Amino acid sequence: MKNHLSFKNLTICRDDTGAAIVKDISFDVAPGKVVALIGESGSGKTTVSLTALGYVRSGLRVTGGTVTFGDTDILALSGHALRDFRGRRIAYVAQSAAAAFNPGLTIGFQVAETASIHALGTAAERQAHVFKLYEELQLPAAATIGDRYPHEVSGGQLQRLMAAMAMSAGPECIVFDEPTTALDVTTQVDVLKTFKDLIQGHGIGAVYVSHDLAVVAQIADEIVVLQAGEIVEHGTVEQVINKPQHHYTKLLIAASDPEIASKTAKLPKRPATVLISDSSKHAEMMPTEGDPVLRIRDLCVGYGATNRQGEPSVKVLKDINLDIKARSIHAVIGESGSGKSTLARAICGLTRFYQGQVLLDGASLSPDLKSRTRAELGRVQMVMQMADVALNPAHTIDKILRRPIQYITGETGSAVDDRIADLLHKVKLPADVARRLPRELSGGQKQRINLARALAGQPRVVLCDEVTSALDTVVRNAIIDLIWSLREDLGLTFVMISHDISTVAALCDEVAVMHRGHVVEQGGTESTLRAPRHAYTRKLMRSVPHLRVGWLEQAIDHRHTDTQLVLEG
Amino acid sequence: MKGQALFATLILKRAGAGIFTLWFVSILVFAASAILPGDVAEAVLGQSATPETIAALREKLGLTRPLWEQYGDWLFGFVSGDLGQSLASGADVTQLIMDRLSNTLLLGGLTAAIAVPFALLIGLVAATFPGSAGDRAVTIGSLVLVSVPEYLMATILVMIFAIKLGWFPAVSYTTEFTSFGHLFSVMVLPILALSASITAQMARMTRATVLNILGSTFIEMALLKGVSRWRIIFTHALPNAIGPIANVVALNLAYLLSGVVIVETIFAYPGLAKLLVDAVASRDFPVVQSCALIFCASYTVLMLVADVLAILANPRLRRGGH
Amino acid sequence: MQTSISSEPAIVAVPAKAARLGAAGYVGVAILVFWLLIAIAGRLVAPYDPTEFVSDEGFLAPSLQFLLGTDYLGRDLFSRLLVGTQLTLVMALIATMIASSVGTFLGVFAAVAGGWVDMALSRVNDAFLSFPTTILGLVIIAALGSHIPVLVITTGLIYSTSVFRVSRALAMDQAQLDYVVVAKARGEGRWWIIAHEVLPNIFAPLLVDFGMRLTFAILFLSALSFLGLGVQPPLADWGTLVRENMTGLTSGVFTPIFPAMAIASFAIGLNLIVDDLATRSGQHIVGKLI
Repeated sequence: MKNHLSFKNLTICRDDTGAAIVKDISFDVAPGKVVALIGESGSGKTTVSLTALGYVRSGLRVTGGTVTFGDTDILALSGHALRDFRGRRIAYVAQSAAAAFNPGLTIGFQVAETASIHALGTAAERQAHVFKLYEELQLPAAATIGDRYPHEVSGGQLQRLMAAMAMSAGPECIVFDEPTTALDVTTQVDVLKTFKDLIQGHGIGAVYVSHDLAVVAQIADEIVVLQAGEIVEHGTVEQVINKPQHHYTKLLIAASDPEIASKTAKLPKRPATVLISDSSKHAEMMPTEGDPVLRIRDLCVGYGATNRQGEPSVKVLKDINLDIKARSIHAVIGESGSGKSTLARAICGLTRFYQGQVLLDGASLSPDLKSRTRAELGRVQMVMQMADVALNPAHTIDKILRRPIQYITGETGSAVDDRIADLLHKVKLPADVARRLPRELSGGQKQRINLARALAGQPRVVLCDEVTSALDTVVRNAIIDLIWSLREDLGLTFVMISHDISTVAALCDEVAVMHRGHVVEQGGTESTLRAPRHAYTRKLMRSVPHLRVGWLEQAIDHRHTDTQLVLEG
Repeated sequence: MKGQALFATLILKRAGAGIFTLWFVSILVFAASAILPGDVAEAVLGQSATPETIAALREKLGLTRPLWEQYGDWLFGFVSGDLGQSLASGADVTQLIMDRLSNTLLLGGLTAAIAVPFALLIGLVAATFPGSAGDRAVTIGSLVLVSVPEYLMATILVMIFAIKLGWFPAVSYTTEFTSFGHLFSVMVLPILALSASITAQMARMTRATVLNILGSTFIEMALLKGVSRWRIIFTHALPNAIGPIANVVALNLAYLLSGVVIVETIFAYPGLAKLLVDAVASRDFPVVQSCALIFCASYTVLMLVADVLAILANPRLRRGGH
Repeated sequence: MQTSISSEPAIVAVPAKAARLGAAGYVGVAILVFWLLIAIAGRLVAPYDPTEFVSDEGFLAPSLQFLLGTDYLGRDLFSRLLVGTQLTLVMALIATMIASSVGTFLGVFAAVAGGWVDMALSRVNDAFLSFPTTILGLVIIAALGSHIPVLVITTGLIYSTSVFRVSRALAMDQAQLDYVVVAKARGEGRWWIIAHEVLPNIFAPLLVDFGMRLTFAILFLSALSFLGLGVQPPLADWGTLVRENMTGLTSGVFTPIFPAMAIASFAIGLNLIVDDLATRSGQHIVGKLI
């Protein structure tokens, strides 16, 4: 029994304002096919996908159209019929497995529950089926993993276990809601591969919601691009990534892979385009050589009880050595927990280092924030990831900028007013923004203010901690351009902490790769990323999805040979 | 197992904190007699005292010795069951308290036995059908009841059931219960007055706790698996609610200790709280200190039990987190 | 968290943000404003002197002449209630202000200072919190006597422990936020951060907390008076009015109900507001259960 999942003219509105969140959505998911829903946050992709389970989050209402599965009108189901449908015919895999697993119940209970509430087979049969799924999903210790609680397994395993939970009642179709977004890039590859094998092996259909085109290109047959609740493009994966029709799709493609970006030449000129396509221009952009502005020597950071030598019990950073050249944009990349944010905090004094030196223009900075002078504090500035929480909601932009100017430079009166106007001009915001509160600004504008505040201290070095990762593609590109021009115009030096390889490739001159508290590799961005020397960097680079069909299989093959090399070596 | 060791240390830590708390409380209770303007001897003898009688009483009570020595004696006496003599009546405090303690335990125990299951049940049902007529009735009714002081509740109950209807006595003073019927008729009004507000409060908080858990992502996930309403409530929400609910219950039982003070006074019920209030009025310090310490000890024990239950109900605490 | 003689909720969730009120909330506001107006103007509109014996008979039933009847000594209960409102609310207000200022000051300080300062302050506070408030109050009153300043300061200090916990938790949330981290990285001092970055953002929830604490203070002080350990005659607050007229109950008169209702209505009013604020933040999946 093979059924089509079809959305016809689906429109969903807000209950309170009546504004449409999703307008006139129509597409089909054929049996055994994977259709990807692509779009930015707020584009309505999750809202659309959940209607396949007859679910609309509260505050929203379906005002038109139908969603059908074979003969079943999903939106008309209720009560027992709806319960019977969910999980058994169409199942759901949520974005964050950590939040979607009940912390108070064992994993095995939750995985098998879907089958047991739908009364499928005997308990023994269900158990056997679950074990088979564990094996298929390459989960370790299949016999005992079910006895554990969600907090006792890793994020990647939990995400696979959720796929097992979705599969346990043998559905014909699965809705995946950004299932790999919360994972580290090296984990993502494996999880993606097991999902793909699972879908193909069982011949089930899937709606795959994602914001990442490169991920989707690996697993989907068709792509539906959503922008502001409307479908702007729909086609096979090859059609969409090779011959995008809509301007928005082109933007997404340009943003998701620098290699592709160089081929779509009609895009607005961004550093990414320049860096990759024009190596002579690239040479020009290299910073003026000379003494590094910031030198880090044998830096060690840790926490916990200290021993007699003053070394803490848990070491987060071990013997970090880095030279940051003047007027350069220097990336520090690595996965979560690699210590890259700690490095930034240690440089600006928020976290004490117990050993080593941080030298700014040759002068050593104290490990202790309180022992640094105001001038020293001003010369190293930090920009935080989330502009939303980095700006005090109770203060106007004027106040947010005024205080650091007064505090660090000691200026008063109209000189400060002039500086505020100048800062806003530098980050390309109109002067009247000063009167507003942070909540009246867009995400991109807030991030510009965030940068402007760092400039208020007249810094030599600006540390940016994942400043682009919370932003949508288009806004992110604008911020990248801004950082680029600030470096060009003001001669500033930037340290970009990031896990986003494509941003780094597009923007940075040099890169340091961190892994478990060590800098494992550093050098020019292009050479390091194209020809990584360290095994971890190679693994990392191979894990960054490319916008190319068939990349995933290649990456897995490479990974096997890597492992073999390691084993043989 | 590493997890079990962690669990044991966690419990031991809580118990240690409980003992520390009791010790701290004993110092505070004892210190109260030290902050008394003048001292206990002056307070007891009042206006009519002559310097000689005060000095004599001081000598008799051992007030001339250093404070820490007095504290040591007092604490040792308390632990070994010798609570000293009442300043007001000269009676043995241990005997006074033993006579009253069982009455208060009876009142508190019966109230808890009735109020806790009832409150949990209505709280849970209200949370299962939020916004329904029954839920609204529970929300509004409990809101009014928690705002009504015990003495108003007691007053209304006495007015209706003792005076208008004459079903139960308005005063529960009794030395001995002759029969079950007698026990029932004497206890029913105090129990009702005492349980109204804590039942309402526990129901409200159970409802809020369960509703809060029902807002979690994992509940949405269960819903999308096709799990029914009742199964979501009992299988998915309740295991996570046990810890918070145990805390709610413990807090309300501790609060019951305080409500007892009012209710025993109104109904002239011969319990420990009535003893405490009378002792405060007559500044009978040995009695005040002993009663206060007993109330604090029961409070601490209740909190400890709730903590242990919360640890047991939470796999992350029970088995150790990563 | 705490207990008291009176019917005070044991745990109250302070809403993170003061949202807009609904109908129930406005009813609560109306009740509170009503009593505040009486506290201000009660003495002026009282038909009789509250200490004057207006009738030879005690416990007269309500009539046009004596709106709420007379009390056990033949004084006008309506006038006594109006004047007693002022005493009740002023005492409770001062106590709450003590609780809020002491609790907020120490709580925010502990959160921003962190380290051993926070440890020490929190431990001491926990120890005080593990003392049932009633018992603590009774012990202090046993030592110092039922004088009005003693009652007010005791109430204030008892409730400052709960305010400490609430304000510390609120400030801790703030201290994690990036704008506080940025200010720290800039080298700003502790007090500047407290005054400029933290306080403006926790003001609204602290205000809600102040309201709840006020109700607890009223209930607590009334309960003490009811036990005869609070305000002493001839002065009378709501609790005293209930106590002194309790004798009428056995002879079947309603008199003590009126002051008791005053206390309950104030508490209901406040609970309506708090409930309304709390329910506005949450509850979404529940409506979808099938």
